[in-house]
Amino acid sequence: MIYLDHAATSWPKPACVHEAMERFMRDVGASAGRSAHRLSLEAERIRFDAREVIGCLLGLNDPMRVIFTPNATTALNMVIHGLLTRENSHVVTTGMEHNAVMRPLRALEQSGVTVSIVPCQSDGMMHATSIEERIKPNTRLIVVNHASNVCGTVLPVRQIGEIARRHGIPLLVDAAQTAGAWPIDMHADHIDLLVFTGHKGLLGPSGTGGLAIHDDFNLDLLPPFIHGGTGSQSEEETQPNLMPDKYEAGTPNSVGLAGLAASVHYLMDYGLEQIVAQEQKLTSRLIDGLDEIDGVHVIGPMELNQRTAVVSFNIESIPCSEVAHHLDQQFDIMCRPGLHCAPRTHRTLGTYPDGTVRFAPGPFVPIEEVDRAIEAVTTLAEQRLNV
Amino acid sequence: MSEFAVILVHTTSEAIFTERILKAAGFDIKLIPTPRHLSSDCGSAVRILMSDKEDCLEALNEAGLVLDRIEPLEI
Ligand SMILES: Cc1ncc(COP(=O)(O)O)c(C=O)c1O
Repeated sequence: MIYLDHAATSWPKPACVHEAMERFMRDVGASAGRSAHRLSLEAERIRFDAREVIGCLLGLNDPMRVIFTPNATTALNMVIHGLLTRENSHVVTTGMEHNAVMRPLRALEQSGVTVSIVPCQSDGMMHATSIEERIKPNTRLIVVNHASNVCGTVLPVRQIGEIARRHGIPLLVDAAQTAGAWPIDMHADHIDLLVFTGHKGLLGPSGTGGLAIHDDFNLDLLPPFIHGGTGSQSEEETQPNLMPDKYEAGTPNSVGLAGLAASVHYLMDYGLEQIVAQEQKLTSRLIDGLDEIDGVHVIGPMELNQRTAVVSFNIESIPCSEVAHHLDQQFDIMCRPGLHCAPRTHRTLGTYPDGTVRFAPGPFVPIEEVDRAIEAVTTLAEQRLNV
Repeated sequence: MSEFAVILVHTTSEAIFTERILKAAGFDIKLIPTPRHLSSDCGSAVRILMSDKEDCLEALNEAGLVLDRIEPLEI
Protein backbone atom coordinates (compact mmCIF):
# COMPACT_ATOMS: atom_id res chain seq x y z
CA MET A 1 0.00 0.00 0.00
CA ILE A 2 1.18 3.50 -0.80
CA TYR A 3 0.15 6.15 1.69
CA LEU A 4 0.25 9.67 0.21
CA ASP A 5 -2.04 11.39 2.70
CA HIS A 6 0.54 12.80 5.10
CA ALA A 7 -0.95 16.30 4.87
CA ALA A 8 -4.06 14.89 6.59
CA THR A 9 -2.20 12.73 9.10
CA SER A 10 1.28 11.25 8.90
CA TRP A 11 1.50 7.46 8.95
CA PRO A 12 3.12 5.17 9.84
CA LYS A 13 4.64 6.82 12.89
CA PRO A 14 8.22 6.13 14.01
CA ALA A 15 8.36 3.00 16.19
CA CYS A 16 9.49 5.07 19.19
CA VAL A 17 6.04 6.72 19.19
CA HIS A 18 4.18 3.42 19.62
CA GLU A 19 6.70 2.36 22.25
CA ALA A 20 6.39 5.56 24.28
CA MET A 21 2.59 5.35 24.20
CA GLU A 22 2.55 1.67 25.09
CA ARG A 23 4.99 2.26 27.94
CA PHE A 24 2.84 5.13 29.17
CA MET A 25 -0.34 3.04 29.12
CA ARG A 26 1.34 0.11 30.82
CA ASP A 27 3.64 1.77 33.37
CA VAL A 28 2.47 5.33 34.00
CA GLY A 29 -1.20 5.76 33.16
CA ALA A 30 -1.89 8.61 35.59
CA SER A 31 -3.04 12.13 34.83
CA ALA A 32 -0.40 14.83 34.50
CA GLY A 33 -0.86 17.78 36.85
CA ARG A 34 -3.60 16.23 38.97
CA SER A 35 -2.23 14.35 41.96
CA ALA A 36 1.17 14.34 43.62
CA HIS A 37 1.91 10.61 43.62
CA ARG A 38 4.81 9.28 41.68
CA LEU A 39 2.83 8.16 38.65
CA SER A 40 1.23 11.55 38.25
CA LEU A 41 4.60 13.23 38.62
CA GLU A 42 6.04 10.92 36.01
CA ALA A 43 3.19 11.86 33.64
CA GLU A 44 4.01 15.51 34.30
CA ARG A 45 7.69 14.89 33.56
CA ILE A 46 6.72 13.41 30.19
CA ARG A 47 4.41 16.33 29.42
CA PHE A 48 7.13 18.77 30.40
CA ASP A 49 9.58 16.97 28.14
CA ALA A 50 7.11 17.46 25.28
CA ARG A 51 6.90 21.21 26.05
CA GLU A 52 10.65 21.52 26.16
CA VAL A 53 11.43 19.71 22.95
CA ILE A 54 8.68 21.48 21.00
CA GLY A 55 9.83 24.86 22.35
CA CYS A 56 13.31 23.98 21.20
CA LEU A 57 12.11 23.01 17.71
CA LEU A 58 10.29 26.34 17.36
CA GLY A 59 13.06 28.55 18.75
CA LEU A 60 11.33 29.43 22.03
CA ASN A 61 13.18 29.90 25.32
CA ASP A 62 10.41 29.30 27.85
CA PRO A 63 8.90 25.78 27.75
CA MET A 64 6.00 27.01 29.91
CA ARG A 65 4.78 28.95 26.89
CA VAL A 66 4.09 25.77 24.96
CA ILE A 67 0.39 25.06 25.55
CA PHE A 68 -1.24 21.76 24.64
CA THR A 69 -4.70 21.44 23.10
CA PRO A 70 -6.46 18.50 21.43
CA ASN A 71 -5.57 19.79 17.93
CA ALA A 72 -4.66 22.87 15.91
CA THR A 73 -8.30 23.85 15.50
CA THR A 74 -8.83 24.32 19.24
CA ALA A 75 -5.69 26.44 19.55
CA LEU A 76 -6.67 28.59 16.56
CA ASN A 77 -10.10 29.20 18.08
CA MET A 78 -8.47 30.06 21.39
CA VAL A 79 -6.40 32.86 19.86
CA ILE A 80 -8.88 34.11 17.27
CA HIS A 81 -11.71 34.39 19.79
CA GLY A 82 -9.38 35.65 22.51
CA LEU A 83 -7.83 38.52 20.58
CA LEU A 84 -10.95 39.74 18.81
CA THR A 85 -13.16 40.40 21.82
CA ARG A 86 -12.96 44.19 21.70
CA GLU A 87 -15.73 46.04 19.93
CA ASN A 88 -15.06 46.93 16.29
CA SER A 89 -12.12 44.54 16.04
CA HIS A 90 -10.59 44.09 12.59
CA VAL A 91 -8.47 41.16 11.45
CA VAL A 92 -6.30 40.63 8.36
CA THR A 93 -5.92 37.18 6.85
CA THR A 94 -5.08 35.63 3.47
CA GLY A 95 -6.79 33.84 0.62
CA MET A 96 -4.90 30.64 1.53
CA GLU A 97 -6.55 29.75 4.82
CA HIS A 98 -7.96 26.47 6.07
CA ASN A 99 -11.48 26.39 7.53
CA ALA A 100 -9.89 26.09 10.98
CA VAL A 101 -9.18 29.81 10.51
CA MET A 102 -11.99 30.86 8.16
CA ARG A 103 -14.87 29.40 10.16
CA PRO A 104 -13.99 31.08 13.48
CA LEU A 105 -13.52 34.35 11.56
CA ARG A 106 -16.87 33.98 9.79
CA ALA A 107 -18.53 33.20 13.10
CA LEU A 108 -17.05 36.36 14.64
CA GLU A 109 -18.31 38.46 11.73
CA GLN A 110 -21.77 37.78 13.16
CA SER A 111 -20.78 39.72 16.25
CA GLY A 112 -19.33 42.69 14.38
CA VAL A 113 -15.70 41.70 13.72
CA THR A 114 -14.54 42.83 10.27
CA VAL A 115 -12.27 40.63 8.18
CA SER A 116 -9.90 41.66 5.35
CA ILE A 117 -8.74 38.81 3.14
CA VAL A 118 -5.56 39.45 1.18
CA PRO A 119 -5.97 37.90 -2.26
CA CYS A 120 -3.16 35.61 -3.42
CA GLN A 121 -1.93 34.63 -6.88
CA SER A 122 -3.21 31.52 -8.61
CA ASP A 123 -0.26 29.54 -7.22
CA GLY A 124 -1.01 30.81 -3.71
CA MET A 125 1.92 33.22 -3.52
CA MET A 126 1.56 36.74 -2.15
CA HIS A 127 3.61 39.77 -1.14
CA ALA A 128 3.82 40.65 2.52
CA THR A 129 3.17 44.29 1.65
CA SER A 130 -0.40 43.43 0.68
CA ILE A 131 -0.97 42.59 4.36
CA GLU A 132 0.37 45.99 5.38
CA GLU A 133 -1.96 47.79 2.97
CA ARG A 134 -4.95 46.38 4.81
CA ILE A 135 -3.94 47.28 8.35
CA LYS A 136 -6.31 49.73 10.04
CA PRO A 137 -6.23 51.52 13.39
CA ASN A 138 -8.56 48.83 14.81
CA THR A 139 -6.65 45.81 13.44
CA ARG A 140 -6.16 43.50 16.41
CA LEU A 141 -4.78 40.42 14.73
CA ILE A 142 -3.03 39.18 11.60
CA VAL A 143 -3.55 35.48 10.98
CA VAL A 144 -1.80 33.59 8.19
CA ASN A 145 -1.34 30.03 7.06
CA HIS A 146 2.35 29.12 7.00
CA ALA A 147 1.99 26.56 4.22
CA SER A 148 -1.05 25.50 2.27
CA ASN A 149 -2.55 22.09 2.97
CA VAL A 150 -3.86 22.10 -0.61
CA CYS A 151 -0.82 22.92 -2.76
CA GLY A 152 2.11 23.43 -0.37
CA THR A 153 2.70 27.15 -1.00
CA VAL A 154 4.79 28.65 1.80
CA LEU A 155 3.77 32.21 2.67
CA PRO A 156 6.40 34.89 3.49
CA VAL A 157 5.92 34.64 7.22
CA ARG A 158 9.12 36.40 8.23
CA GLN A 159 8.30 39.49 6.18
CA ILE A 160 4.73 39.46 7.50
CA GLY A 161 6.21 39.15 11.00
CA GLU A 162 8.33 42.25 10.47
CA ILE A 163 5.27 44.20 9.37
CA ALA A 164 3.21 42.96 12.31
CA ARG A 165 6.01 43.86 14.71
CA ARG A 166 6.36 47.36 13.23
CA HIS A 167 2.64 47.99 13.65
CA GLY A 168 2.43 46.37 17.08
CA ILE A 169 -0.22 43.87 15.94
CA PRO A 170 -0.06 40.24 17.12
CA LEU A 171 0.75 37.73 14.37
CA LEU A 172 -0.86 34.29 14.58
CA VAL A 173 0.63 31.63 12.29
CA ASP A 174 -1.18 28.41 11.42
CA ALA A 175 1.77 26.03 11.26
CA ALA A 176 -0.34 22.86 11.01
CA GLN A 177 1.48 21.96 7.76
CA THR A 178 4.95 23.24 8.62
CA ALA A 179 5.81 22.27 12.21
CA GLY A 180 8.29 19.44 11.73
CA ALA A 181 8.42 19.92 7.97
CA TRP A 182 9.85 23.43 7.50
CA PRO A 183 12.26 25.56 9.53
CA ILE A 184 10.56 27.80 12.10
CA ASP A 185 12.21 30.25 14.47
CA MET A 186 9.59 32.24 16.35
CA HIS A 187 12.13 34.90 17.35
CA ALA A 188 13.74 35.43 13.95
CA ASP A 189 10.37 35.15 12.18
CA HIS A 190 8.65 37.54 14.64
CA ILE A 191 5.81 35.12 15.28
CA ASP A 192 3.83 36.03 18.40
CA LEU A 193 1.54 33.02 18.40
CA LEU A 194 2.11 29.79 16.53
CA VAL A 195 -0.38 26.95 16.29
CA PHE A 196 0.84 23.41 15.63
CA THR A 197 -0.80 20.04 15.36
CA GLY A 198 0.87 16.88 16.61
CA HIS A 199 -0.32 14.35 14.07
CA LYS A 200 1.10 15.66 10.81
CA GLY A 201 4.73 16.76 10.31
CA LEU A 202 5.52 16.33 14.01
CA LEU A 203 4.81 12.60 13.49
CA GLY A 204 2.88 12.25 16.75
CA PRO A 205 -0.55 10.77 17.48
CA SER A 206 -3.87 12.45 16.71
CA GLY A 207 -5.48 14.26 19.62
CA THR A 208 -2.38 16.39 20.19
CA GLY A 209 -1.64 19.95 19.14
CA GLY A 210 -1.16 23.31 20.70
CA LEU A 211 -0.11 26.90 20.83
CA ALA A 212 3.43 28.23 21.21
CA ILE A 213 3.61 31.77 22.59
CA HIS A 214 6.58 34.07 21.92
CA ASP A 215 8.73 34.76 24.98
CA ASP A 216 7.95 38.49 24.77
CA PHE A 217 4.21 38.27 24.10
CA ASN A 218 2.09 39.98 26.75
CA LEU A 219 -0.07 37.17 28.15
CA ASP A 220 -2.60 39.64 29.58
CA LEU A 221 -3.81 40.21 26.01
CA LEU A 222 -5.00 36.63 25.65
CA PRO A 223 -7.76 35.44 27.99
CA PRO A 224 -8.34 31.73 28.58
CA PHE A 225 -10.75 30.13 26.10
CA ILE A 226 -11.74 27.09 28.13
CA HIS A 227 -12.18 27.37 31.88
CA GLY A 228 -11.98 24.50 34.33
CA GLY A 229 -9.84 22.27 36.50
CA THR A 230 -6.08 22.60 36.29
CA GLY A 231 -4.88 20.95 39.49
CA SER A 232 -3.53 24.33 40.64
CA GLN A 233 -5.11 27.05 42.83
CA SER A 234 -8.01 24.72 43.51
CA GLU A 235 -9.29 27.05 46.23
CA GLU A 236 -10.29 29.53 43.50
CA GLU A 237 -13.41 29.29 41.36
CA THR A 238 -11.77 31.36 38.64
CA GLN A 239 -9.15 30.31 36.12
CA PRO A 240 -5.57 30.67 37.46
CA ASN A 241 -3.41 33.32 35.84
CA LEU A 242 -0.46 30.89 35.78
CA MET A 243 1.40 29.42 32.86
CA PRO A 244 0.68 26.98 31.38
CA ASP A 245 -2.45 26.25 33.44
CA LYS A 246 -4.22 29.43 32.31
CA TYR A 247 -4.78 27.84 28.89
CA GLU A 248 -4.92 24.14 29.82
CA ALA A 249 -8.15 23.40 31.71
CA GLY A 250 -9.33 19.79 31.63
CA THR A 251 -7.55 16.45 31.78
CA PRO A 252 -4.70 16.42 29.27
CA ASN A 253 -4.08 13.73 26.67
CA SER A 254 -1.11 12.38 28.61
CA VAL A 255 -0.65 9.25 26.51
CA GLY A 256 -0.80 11.33 23.35
CA LEU A 257 1.78 13.73 24.73
CA ALA A 258 4.06 10.79 25.56
CA GLY A 259 3.88 9.84 21.89
CA LEU A 260 4.40 13.43 20.77
CA ALA A 261 7.45 13.93 22.99
CA ALA A 262 8.96 10.78 21.48
CA SER A 263 8.19 11.81 17.90
CA VAL A 264 9.64 15.31 18.26
CA HIS A 265 12.82 13.94 19.84
CA TYR A 266 13.03 11.57 16.90
CA LEU A 267 12.63 14.48 14.48
CA MET A 268 15.28 16.58 16.21
CA ASP A 269 17.73 13.66 16.19
CA TYR A 270 16.97 12.91 12.57
CA GLY A 271 17.43 16.56 11.62
CA LEU A 272 14.95 18.97 10.10
CA GLU A 273 17.26 19.81 7.17
CA GLN A 274 17.36 16.13 6.31
CA ILE A 275 13.55 15.92 6.45
CA VAL A 276 13.21 18.98 4.21
CA ALA A 277 15.79 17.60 1.76
CA GLN A 278 14.00 14.24 1.52
CA GLU A 279 10.63 15.88 1.04
CA GLN A 280 12.01 18.17 -1.66
CA LYS A 281 13.42 15.24 -3.55
CA LEU A 282 10.03 13.50 -3.51
CA THR A 283 8.17 16.70 -4.37
CA SER A 284 10.45 17.46 -7.28
CA ARG A 285 9.95 13.97 -8.70
CA LEU A 286 6.18 14.21 -8.25
CA ILE A 287 5.81 17.63 -9.84
CA ASP A 288 8.00 16.78 -12.81
CA GLY A 289 6.38 13.39 -13.30
CA LEU A 290 2.78 14.62 -13.09
CA ASP A 291 3.42 17.73 -15.15
CA GLU A 292 4.61 15.64 -18.09
CA ILE A 293 1.44 13.58 -18.32
CA ASP A 294 -0.97 14.59 -21.08
CA GLY A 295 -4.21 15.90 -19.59
CA VAL A 296 -2.82 16.40 -16.07
CA HIS A 297 -2.64 19.86 -14.51
CA VAL A 298 -0.46 20.47 -11.49
CA ILE A 299 -1.64 23.29 -9.23
CA GLY A 300 0.59 25.48 -7.07
CA PRO A 301 4.17 26.76 -7.17
CA MET A 302 6.83 24.85 -9.08
CA GLU A 303 9.82 26.25 -7.15
CA LEU A 304 10.91 23.83 -4.44
CA ASN A 305 12.10 26.52 -2.04
CA GLN A 306 8.60 27.98 -1.82
CA ARG A 307 6.61 24.85 -1.14
CA THR A 308 6.17 21.86 1.11
CA ALA A 309 5.59 18.27 -0.01
CA VAL A 310 1.91 18.72 -0.84
CA VAL A 311 1.07 18.42 -4.54
CA SER A 312 -2.39 19.03 -5.97
CA PHE A 313 -3.44 18.12 -9.50
CA ASN A 314 -6.38 17.25 -11.69
CA ILE A 315 -6.87 14.90 -14.61
CA GLU A 316 -8.92 16.58 -17.34
CA SER A 317 -12.51 15.36 -17.46
CA ILE A 318 -12.30 12.95 -14.51
CA PRO A 319 -13.72 14.25 -11.20
CA CYS A 320 -11.07 14.25 -8.46
CA SER A 321 -13.09 11.95 -6.22
CA GLU A 322 -13.16 9.32 -8.99
CA VAL A 323 -9.44 9.62 -9.50
CA ALA A 324 -8.84 9.06 -5.78
CA HIS A 325 -11.25 6.14 -5.76
CA HIS A 326 -9.46 4.43 -8.66
CA LEU A 327 -6.09 5.09 -7.08
CA ASP A 328 -7.30 3.35 -3.94
CA GLN A 329 -9.14 0.45 -5.57
CA GLN A 330 -6.91 -0.32 -8.56
CA PHE A 331 -3.52 0.87 -7.42
CA ASP A 332 -3.56 0.67 -3.62
CA ILE A 333 -2.69 4.36 -3.31
CA MET A 334 -4.24 6.46 -0.52
CA CYS A 335 -4.72 10.16 -1.15
CA ARG A 336 -7.27 12.89 -0.53
CA PRO A 337 -9.51 14.48 -3.18
CA GLY A 338 -11.92 17.41 -2.89
CA LEU A 339 -11.68 20.73 -1.12
CA HIS A 340 -9.44 19.66 1.81
CA CYS A 341 -11.40 21.74 4.35
CA ALA A 342 -10.10 24.82 2.54
CA PRO A 343 -12.69 26.34 0.18
CA ARG A 344 -11.00 29.74 0.46
CA THR A 345 -7.72 28.28 -0.80
CA HIS A 346 -9.44 26.48 -3.67
CA ARG A 347 -11.13 29.74 -4.71
CA THR A 348 -7.70 31.38 -4.81
CA LEU A 349 -6.28 28.52 -6.87
CA GLY A 350 -9.26 28.51 -9.24
CA THR A 351 -10.19 24.94 -8.30
CA TYR A 352 -13.43 25.71 -6.42
CA PRO A 353 -15.89 23.95 -6.21
CA ASP A 354 -14.52 20.89 -8.01
CA GLY A 355 -11.39 20.51 -5.90
CA THR A 356 -8.19 18.62 -6.68
CA VAL A 357 -6.46 15.31 -6.06
CA ARG A 358 -3.77 15.76 -3.42
CA PHE A 359 -0.58 13.72 -3.08
CA ALA A 360 1.27 14.40 0.14
CA PRO A 361 4.26 12.13 0.64
CA GLY A 362 5.84 12.24 4.06
CA PRO A 363 9.63 12.38 4.31
CA PHE A 364 10.04 8.62 4.59
CA VAL A 365 8.07 7.54 1.52
CA PRO A 366 10.41 5.63 -0.82
CA ILE A 367 10.95 7.34 -4.17
CA GLU A 368 9.79 4.16 -5.96
CA GLU A 369 6.36 4.65 -4.42
CA VAL A 370 6.20 8.15 -5.84
CA ASP A 371 7.15 6.70 -9.24
CA ARG A 372 4.38 4.12 -8.95
CA ALA A 373 1.91 6.88 -8.13
CA ILE A 374 2.99 8.81 -11.22
CA GLU A 375 2.57 5.66 -13.33
CA ALA A 376 -0.89 5.12 -11.89
CA VAL A 377 -1.94 8.66 -12.78
CA THR A 378 -0.50 8.17 -16.27
CA THR A 379 -2.61 5.04 -16.69
CA LEU A 380 -5.77 6.80 -15.49
CA ALA A 381 -5.10 9.77 -17.78
CA GLU A 382 -4.71 7.41 -20.75
CA GLN A 383 -7.85 5.47 -19.84
CA ARG A 384 -9.89 8.66 -19.91
CA LEU A 385 -9.26 8.94 -23.64
CA ASN A 386 -10.76 5.49 -24.21
CA VAL A 387 -14.12 6.06 -22.52
CA MET B 1 17.55 25.76 62.18
CA SER B 2 15.83 23.18 60.03
CA GLU B 3 17.93 21.09 57.73
CA PHE B 4 15.56 21.41 54.78
CA ALA B 5 13.76 24.17 52.95
CA VAL B 6 10.78 23.94 50.58
CA ILE B 7 10.44 25.83 47.34
CA LEU B 8 6.79 26.56 46.76
CA VAL B 9 5.65 26.29 43.16
CA HIS B 10 2.36 27.31 41.58
CA THR B 11 1.77 24.43 39.20
CA THR B 12 3.01 20.89 38.70
CA SER B 13 4.66 21.99 35.47
CA GLU B 14 6.66 24.43 37.56
CA ALA B 15 7.51 21.66 40.04
CA ILE B 16 8.89 19.50 37.24
CA PHE B 17 10.70 22.44 35.65
CA THR B 18 12.32 23.21 39.02
CA GLU B 19 13.23 19.58 39.54
CA ARG B 20 14.77 19.44 36.07
CA ILE B 21 16.95 22.51 36.59
CA LEU B 22 18.11 21.66 40.10
CA LYS B 23 18.81 18.01 39.34
CA ALA B 24 20.83 18.99 36.28
CA ALA B 25 22.86 21.33 38.50
CA GLY B 26 23.53 18.44 40.90
CA PHE B 27 21.50 19.57 43.93
CA ASP B 28 20.06 17.10 46.42
CA ILE B 29 16.33 17.59 45.96
CA LYS B 30 13.03 15.77 46.30
CA LEU B 31 9.45 16.44 45.24
CA ILE B 32 7.21 16.35 48.32
CA PRO B 33 3.56 17.15 48.98
CA THR B 34 3.11 20.84 49.72
CA PRO B 35 3.09 21.19 53.52
CA ARG B 36 -0.40 22.14 54.63
CA HIS B 37 0.69 25.11 56.74
CA LEU B 38 2.41 26.70 53.76
CA SER B 39 -0.33 26.45 51.18
CA SER B 40 -3.88 25.28 50.84
CA ASP B 41 -3.05 23.77 47.46
CA CYS B 42 -2.68 20.02 47.45
CA GLY B 43 0.09 19.77 44.88
CA SER B 44 3.83 19.24 45.01
CA ALA B 45 6.67 21.32 46.36
CA VAL B 46 10.41 20.95 45.97
CA ARG B 47 12.47 20.08 49.04
CA ILE B 48 16.08 21.27 49.07
CA LEU B 49 18.87 21.43 51.63
CA MET B 50 18.71 24.65 53.60
CA SER B 51 22.42 25.13 52.97
CA ASP B 52 21.77 25.12 49.19
CA LYS B 53 19.08 27.79 49.33
CA GLU B 54 20.97 30.70 47.77
CA ASP B 55 22.64 28.56 45.12
CA CYS B 56 19.34 26.94 44.14
CA LEU B 57 17.67 30.31 43.77
CA GLU B 58 20.48 31.50 41.57
CA ALA B 59 20.28 28.41 39.35
CA LEU B 60 16.52 28.88 38.97
CA ASN B 61 16.81 32.57 38.19
CA GLU B 62 19.41 31.83 35.56
CA ALA B 63 16.97 29.44 33.89
CA GLY B 64 14.32 32.17 33.93
CA LEU B 65 12.20 30.72 36.75
CA VAL B 66 11.30 33.28 39.37
CA LEU B 67 10.21 31.46 42.52
CA ASP B 68 10.02 33.79 45.44
CA ARG B 69 8.71 31.56 48.20
CA ILE B 70 11.24 29.39 49.93
CA GLU B 71 10.31 28.36 53.45
CA PRO B 72 12.06 26.34 56.14
CA LEU B 73 10.62 22.85 56.43
CA GLU B 74 9.38 22.16 59.98
CA ILE B 75 9.27 18.49 60.76
C1 LIG C 1 -3.41 24.39 7.25
C2 LIG C 1 -4.19 23.66 8.31
N1 LIG C 1 -4.71 24.32 9.35
C3 LIG C 1 -5.39 23.70 10.33
C4 LIG C 1 -5.60 22.35 10.31
C5 LIG C 1 -6.38 21.72 11.42
O1 LIG C 1 -5.63 20.81 12.13
P1 LIG C 1 -6.36 19.84 13.21
O2 LIG C 1 -7.32 19.02 12.39
O3 LIG C 1 -5.27 19.05 13.80
O4 LIG C 1 -7.07 20.71 14.16
C6 LIG C 1 -5.09 21.60 9.23
C7 LIG C 1 -5.31 20.13 9.09
O5 LIG C 1 -6.32 19.54 9.16
C8 LIG C 1 -4.37 22.27 8.22
O6 LIG C 1 -3.87 21.60 7.18
